[in-house]
Amino acid sequence: MTTFSLTHRFRPSRREARPAARRLRPWYQNRSLVAGLVIVCIMVLLAVLAPVLAPYNPIKQNLNEALQGPSGAHWLGTDKLGRDVLSRLLYGARVDLRIGFLAVIIPFVVGTILGAIAGYFGGWLDIIIMRIVDVFYAFPLFLLVIALVFVLGPGESSIYLAIALVSWVSYCKIVRGEVIVARQQEYVQAARLGGLNNARVLGRHIGPNVISQAITYAMSDIVMDIMVIVTLGYLGLGITPPTAEWGSMIADAQEFITTLWWMAVVPGVAVVITGLGLSLIGDGLTDLLSPERRK
Amino acid sequence: MSAAEQPAAVLEVREVTKRYGHGRRDTLRALDGVDLTLHRGEILALVGESGSGKSTLAKILAGSTSQTSGQVLCDGVEITARRHSTARRRIQMVFQDPYSSLNPRMTVRSALSEVLRVHRVVPREQIAEELSRLMSLVGLDDSALDAYPSQFSGGQRQRIAIARALAVRPDILIADEPVSALDVSVQATILDLFESLRSELGLSVLFIAHNLAVVQHLADRIAVMYLGRIAEVAQTDTLFASPEHPYTQALIASVPRMRPRDLEQPPALDGEPPSPIHLPTGCRFNPRCAYAQPTCLIDEPALERVAEGHSVACWFAGQLQQAPTKQSEEFA
Repeated sequence: MTTFSLTHRFRPSRREARPAARRLRPWYQNRSLVAGLVIVCIMVLLAVLAPVLAPYNPIKQNLNEALQGPSGAHWLGTDKLGRDVLSRLLYGARVDLRIGFLAVIIPFVVGTILGAIAGYFGGWLDIIIMRIVDVFYAFPLFLLVIALVFVLGPGESSIYLAIALVSWVSYCKIVRGEVIVARQQEYVQAARLGGLNNARVLGRHIGPNVISQAITYAMSDIVMDIMVIVTLGYLGLGITPPTAEWGSMIADAQEFITTLWWMAVVPGVAVVITGLGLSLIGDGLTDLLSPERRK
Repeated sequence: MSAAEQPAAVLEVREVTKRYGHGRRDTLRALDGVDLTLHRGEILALVGESGSGKSTLAKILAGSTSQTSGQVLCDGVEITARRHSTARRRIQMVFQDPYSSLNPRMTVRSALSEVLRVHRVVPREQIAEELSRLMSLVGLDDSALDAYPSQFSGGQRQRIAIARALAVRPDILIADEPVSALDVSVQATILDLFESLRSELGLSVLFIAHNLAVVQHLADRIAVMYLGRIAEVAQTDTLFASPEHPYTQALIASVPRMRPRDLEQPPALDGEPPSPIHLPTGCRFNPRCAYAQPTCLIDEPALERVAEGHSVACWFAGQLQQAPTKQSEEFA
């Protein structure tokens, strides 16, 4: 059919166009990303090395030394059962960070996939998925998680399940919106006209352009999940005692807030610092991953 | 092209209509019975205002949407939006905005080689060779292959978009206002590129523009579109020398020229095109036409041949005097 030859080369004079010298800023020059990474890495390191770093067994009670202030033996003092607060703080990081990071994975994957399908194909699939999302969205997140954990019973697995059931809807909404926007872009039309199938268009052309929003949101979602665990721990619905966990530490310490205030403040500050670090990472990723940067 | 050698039609549009919307009252008729023929190896320009249906026609030809009625024939065989991949490969499209038509997350190499691999254009081991051939076709250096679209200017991006369209070795290129998003200084180089691609590869090009000046030196023939219909088709020289349709005359009069006395003339065309939802009765151009007669308000003129290769949809084709700059005194 093709009656022409494609072997001609242009005269060199036509090769006037060259790529511009514009260079992309490397990731390590992104201040908030680096600051966030440093904070989170330190927190993770402390959690991982807790057995080495902690001076005492976090669940060993010693009623003779209960409710002591900071001293050389107990840097952050002891709680009402005589347990070392520093050791409990370090061991608590293991629980809170682990659940925070792991709880994000299932909703991220499920929400992203469902949102991409709803946004790309539209029609009935979109209507069904989004009505389910609306049902979950109608309830406040915390209330729903607390209710679910209450029904499922305390423990780590029911926390994972409750968070997964509730927070996939946010990813779904975010990704769906991004996919709808991306689908209108001419490069997606060009890919379809180029004869690429739906899986390839979604995976190669739309996916990489929309996933950054979900990743950025995941960073703040980890903070939310840690808040959920801490809240559940505070309400006595979370991790079963005597396992060290920041939320239950705050709950245990609140009766002494007027005298031994640091017992409640220190785990609270740990939550805040972790949250700050993750937010900074999220902030940095927004800059780094935004399509505008590569436009 | 003389009348003796009848050029072969590579793409034929027959009575194509595209309506948007349901119900009887608020249907938008984007295309309302369009007839158009693209000959092999020619550059046919399709010119019209915004909303005249140019892009809709481009989408139908490229297969990204389907017409409400009518036929599109490629080498005499009907093609639809659900076309086979070989038919899809033959007709490729270059989009208007080179800033949104390239995936910001793919390097030029990955974008082009994906197309080459999916369609098995060349054996796997020849892909690198094919890539540099494509780059030289569009006048880019091989070093551009590993850059992201963000690292290029608009003109360079449009070259990359053209390279992607050429990757599957089409013989028909639909270019939907490929230069209107570019700086004027860059427009000319891209127009040159289309001209050389046509002569080097024998491509047939449907070049859509909203500005006659852009295509004056590029197109072999020009089709003027108004509100979803073809108003006039002619060889470029003929169209500029003796435009028959009042709308074409107005368009030509509106092309800016470097002559001081032009400044004193009133604008060639007043008002906006009517809504394609509520079309005027009779000739669709009559509300803005300086020559409109009672007939024009009643019946719609068909696209009639007035000379070899020159067709006009006007009741008074051939009767209007051809100095478009003085039109207002004559029939008023």
